[in-house]
Amino acid sequence: MTQTQASPAKRTKALVDTLEDLGLLPDGTIDQLIHDYEEEINWRNGAKVVARAWTDLAYRERLFSDGTAACAEMGFEGVQGEYIVALECLPDIHHVVVCTQCSCTAWPVLGLPPNWYKSPEYRARVVRNSRQVLHEMGLDLAKEVNIRVWDTTAETRYIVIPLQPANTIGWKEAALVEVVSREAMFGIAQIVVPER
Amino acid sequence: MDGIHDLGGMAGFGGISVESDEPVFHDKWEGQAFALNIIAIGIMQKYNPDEYRHALERMAPVDYLNASYYERVLTGVASLLIEKGVIDKHALTSRVEGCYPLARPNATVHDDGKTTQSAALFSVGDKVRVRNIHSAGHTRMPGYVRGHKGEVIHVAPYFSFPDAAAHELPFRKEPTYHVMFTASQLWNGDEANNDSVVVDLWESYLEEAS
Repeated sequence: MTQTQASPAKRTKALVDTLEDLGLLPDGTIDQLIHDYEEEINWRNGAKVVARAWTDLAYRERLFSDGTAACAEMGFEGVQGEYIVALECLPDIHHVVVCTQCSCTAWPVLGLPPNWYKSPEYRARVVRNSRQVLHEMGLDLAKEVNIRVWDTTAETRYIVIPLQPANTIGWKEAALVEVVSREAMFGIAQIVVPER
Repeated sequence: MDGIHDLGGMAGFGGISVESDEPVFHDKWEGQAFALNIIAIGIMQKYNPDEYRHALERMAPVDYLNASYYERVLTGVASLLIEKGVIDKHALTSRVEGCYPLARPNATVHDDGKTTQSAALFSVGDKVRVRNIHSAGHTRMPGYVRGHKGEVIHVAPYFSFPDAAAHELPFRKEPTYHVMFTASQLWNGDEANNDSVVVDLWESYLEEAS
């Protein structure tokens, strides 16, 4: 009979303890990394990129010609952001991002990815039935809209720049940051702002 | 390898649930497992990201699908630190009651002898076909594009060739290409003909197509 697996919490503790006994873990590094990825390196950075792309035409052009540099200009660079490509949604082209092989993501602007992105269901299905998958996730696109699915198989990391809602034209950048969602920057949602 | 991780296009999976306002880590151990991997790669420098990805791919398929994302991360880190001689397997596994799943052994992969070339073989607009490669080791060529024809829409920078880097073979860089495939051709089904899939592929995975 197969032995039951120890819980992941206990297995993690065992690994931490083993490394600590060998003196291999620099003090405080684990907590520092957790803090960095919870508080600093997350999708709110991407929301700032999107809001600026919506309001600053010169920045928008820089973003689509060299996404890595345009993100770095705002302070968003580093691990898993060595080559960032921004994907411009247009009325007739919608972009959606996946990593079928693991769960690669543009960490500096999107942070560590959410569970749905890492799920076998999403990874298996979105490259094959994108329209149906998006429908199930609440995004219905007109049949005239071309769907382009980007599989992050090499080192390019993508951020989707969604369409700006027409009723937010003229808003200030700081207000627009607040309406951008993580899901829209992966391409499984659009930005909808209810009329006031 | 044609492994369980190569999920693109696999049938039988159900719905996808999205958790609203999902936290970065759901539990403390998830953050610790993530951090251990960053430390092992970036600070201790015991293995590289390609070896890490391949360690997850080497998990027994049943373990792979049963494990949550951060359980896979944990299994990868633990397996590689044992394989690289940093920690002793018994010293780790004897600390827990119950099984401590680890990755299965590496396959033997041979050097293909290629070196970094100065010029990219393909340019935007070129028609390319994905080679019929079935690597026993790590590769970033998803099975669902194997043998299919696509068009180069962007030439991305040179990056380390993962099939070599994951197996301690000589380092080389190659251009990577964004290759666009028509969904209806890939799947030969009833997908809308205006849907496409763009896959980022190293040069060695591709050959010229007419």
